[in-house]
This record gives sequence, structure tokens and C-alpha cells, in this order.
Amino acid sequence: MNDKPILEVRHLRKHFDGTGVLEDVSFAMREGEVIVVVGPSGCGKSTLLRCINGLERPDGGEILLDGARIDGAADLVKVRRQVGMVFQSYDLFPHMDVMGNLTLGPVQALKQPRAQVEAEAEKALARVGLADRAHALPRQLSGGQKQRVALVRAMLMHPRLLLLDEITAALDPEMVREVLNVVLDLARDGMTMLIVTHEMRFAEAVADRVIFLEGGSVLEDAPPARFFHAPETDRARQFLASFEFDAVRQPPKD
Amino acid sequence: MDFDFIQRFAPMYVKAAGLTLRIGAIGILLSLAVGVLCCLARYFRVPVLRQIAAAYIELARNTPLLVQLFFLYFGLPKVGVKLSAEACAITGLTFLGGAYMAEALRSGLEAVDKAQAESGMCLGLTTLQNLRFVILPQALATAIPAIGANAIFLIKETSVFSAVALADLMYVAKDLIGMYYKTDEALLMLTVAYLALLLPLSIAFSLLERRLRYAGFGNSVQGQ
Repeated sequence: MNDKPILEVRHLRKHFDGTGVLEDVSFAMREGEVIVVVGPSGCGKSTLLRCINGLERPDGGEILLDGARIDGAADLVKVRRQVGMVFQSYDLFPHMDVMGNLTLGPVQALKQPRAQVEAEAEKALARVGLADRAHALPRQLSGGQKQRVALVRAMLMHPRLLLLDEITAALDPEMVREVLNVVLDLARDGMTMLIVTHEMRFAEAVADRVIFLEGGSVLEDAPPARFFHAPETDRARQFLASFEFDAVRQPPKD
Repeated sequence: MDFDFIQRFAPMYVKAAGLTLRIGAIGILLSLAVGVLCCLARYFRVPVLRQIAAAYIELARNTPLLVQLFFLYFGLPKVGVKLSAEACAITGLTFLGGAYMAEALRSGLEAVDKAQAESGMCLGLTTLQNLRFVILPQALATAIPAIGANAIFLIKETSVFSAVALADLMYVAKDLIGMYYKTDEALLMLTVAYLALLLPLSIAFSLLERRLRYAGFGNSVQGQ
């Protein structure tokens, strides 16, 4: 692990139609680090990720990738070639088969030879258990399969940083596991990832650090053991409690 | 029904059908080109060009082709621009068709999920690459039924060109009626000629449409 930050976010601010989504967000992440961003709906998690690869333009503050400012950078295309992103809705290209989806970026954007990319894509598909689906169309795949393809599609760009925006939120529970296993695998390989998720058990397992976002600001920034078991703020405690269920039939108190 | 008459003049219809088809085909291709340009100007919100495109589309769609044609054929020579009947026909057809094609393509582009464009951007594609590989193929697939309807409509519209003495199908029929008073035969052959041109085209577009639908094109809603 390198100590120089790969990504630095300083006092990031983003407003939509006058209402603030991000008020003042600052954090830094090192190469190989996995940070999970949690927080209630509408706290700006997705907006934060979208600002980092230039899908949204920040209203204030700065974002540095490898020390270079990327907010307002003239060449966002270059930034996006280094920052991968996977969305909740997979967004595979419906008119291309799996292999077409996987090779488009590396062949067109990175100008890599097609044969080489295809060989790499086949290996990657085998790794996520989809070796036989290379020539299937997206609509022939299950949600979990689509999301694994979307992950492979992002990985074949060999990004410096991978942004995952609630990638299991649209999946049936049994499919969540197969997708999260791929992400755990990537974490083991040292992939730098910034992950937004509502799967708290997964967050605890994969994260090096957890950032709790609320009201457009960072309320906590702590290792998972501390955040999940000894959160510092009341707001974080309330948030974590919302994932717990009390038994309907409680034992008699004495 | 005078079958000798039909036999005698059928070759005239065949020749005229060739002219109708040629003008129609050139007009349709140029219309598509104009349509793509207008549509992109509006899609990318290019200043000035976008307003020009919008104004042109309204003008072309809300005036009859015959009036546009008279303007080209009788109006322009008054300011020193003289076009042949065929050039007038192609220009007029393109002027009208470009607007219709622009609207057909726009409906296709608007049907492409915004997330598709963002996905392409996230793969580091340039704007043009994204358009070419991700957005346009899906937009075209959605727009195919409308493009097909426009193509058939434009070929039928070529019938007004007989008004500027272009020897197309309509002109031949009117000519024969005027010379021989064989109204039934002339009109029957005219109908058969248009059907012979347009039915195969119509069927081809239906097949294309069905194939694209089966291939999962034009279906921007992805199943869960």
C-alpha cells in the first residue's frame, strides 16, 4: 500500500435547484483501500460518486485524482478511463452481446487489440462464473449475471479506482451474494474501491474504512469495527438501529 | 378493359417507375442525412443551429409539398436560380423529408435511456464514440418503424412532381388519359405500379422491424 492518496476530496459542495445535497465533504483514500459510504437515502452518496467521475459538476471544493484536479478538468474522458463505475441498474448495452459489452471500452477508448481484450474478457468471465455466457444478450441474463458482467466490463478498463453505486439494490436476495462475492474477490486483489451500499454485513466485511454521510456532510469516518460496534454520533446509532429488528414476541422482562 | 392498350403502354409505366424510384431513393437518402444533422443539432443543443433546425422542421412540415415545389420551380428562377425539374423534385423531396426524418430520429434518440449514455461515458468513450456505438444503434432501432413510414410516404409524395412536367408515374397516367381517354386502364396501371414499388418496401421494413424487436433492439427498458 502506498501512502500517497489516490483520491482526495476537499470541501466538496453540490447543490441541485438551490437545495444542498453535498454541503462539505472531505476525505482521502490510499491506493488499495476500500471505503464504504453509508447513510440514509438522499444523503448525497450517489451524488458524491457521480462528482468523482465527472457525471455531475461540483459547485464548490475540489477533487484530486493522483494529485491532479479533476473537477472542471477539460478532459473528463481521460479521467473516466481511470475511474470505473458500476450502477444499480447494470446498464449493459442491450444491442450487444456480453462480449461486445466487455470489449467496447478497451478496444475503442484504450485502443487495445481486440484479440487480446477478448482473451482477457474470457478469463474474467470464467472467474465470475459466466464462462458460457460470452455470446448471450443482456436480456437473456438474470439480474445477478448482468451485474457481474457490468463489474467485469468496468474491470477490463483496469481502472485506478472503482466506484460502485448500490450495485445490489435492484437484485433478489439470492443474487446479491453472487455479486458481492465478486466484489470481495476484487478487494482481495487490492482493487481501490469506493462503495455505496445498504448491505451492512457486506460493508463490515469488505471495508477498510466506513464513511457515514448525513445531511451532505461526513459525520463519521472510522474503521468498520468501530463504526458498526461503537459509533460516535447518535445519528449513526439511529441509522444502524434501523437495520435491526426487535423480536415481535419479547420475553417477559423482570 | 382494353388489354391491348395496357400491353402497349406498360413499358412507359416501367420507365416512369424507374424515375419515381430513383428520385424517391435519392430523396430518402438525402432526407435521412438532413434529418440526422438536424436531430444532432437539437440533441447536443448546438446554439443557433438548433434554432435553425427547429424553425426549418416547422416550416417544412406545415407547408404542402406542392407549394414548396412551386416555390422552387417558379419562384427561384425569378431571383436567378434555375433548377431542372429533376433537381427541383429532389430538392423539394429532401426539404420535406428531412423534417420528417429529423422528427423520427428524435423520437428514437429520446427513447434511449440516459443511463446508457452515462454507461458509455464511464467506459471512457468520447462523445462521438458513444454516439456511434451506444446511442445511435439503439435510437435507429426504435426509429425504424417511423423511418419506414416516412420512406413510403415520400415515394408517394413524388406523384406531385408531375405538376412540374417530370415524367414520373403520375405524369404518364395523366398524359395517357389526356391523349386516349382510357381512364380506367391508365389509372389501373398507375395503381399497380405504385403498389409494385411500395409493397416490397413496406414488407421489407416490417421484416426489419420484427428482426430488430427479436434481437432486443429498441427496447431500452432492461428487465430485472
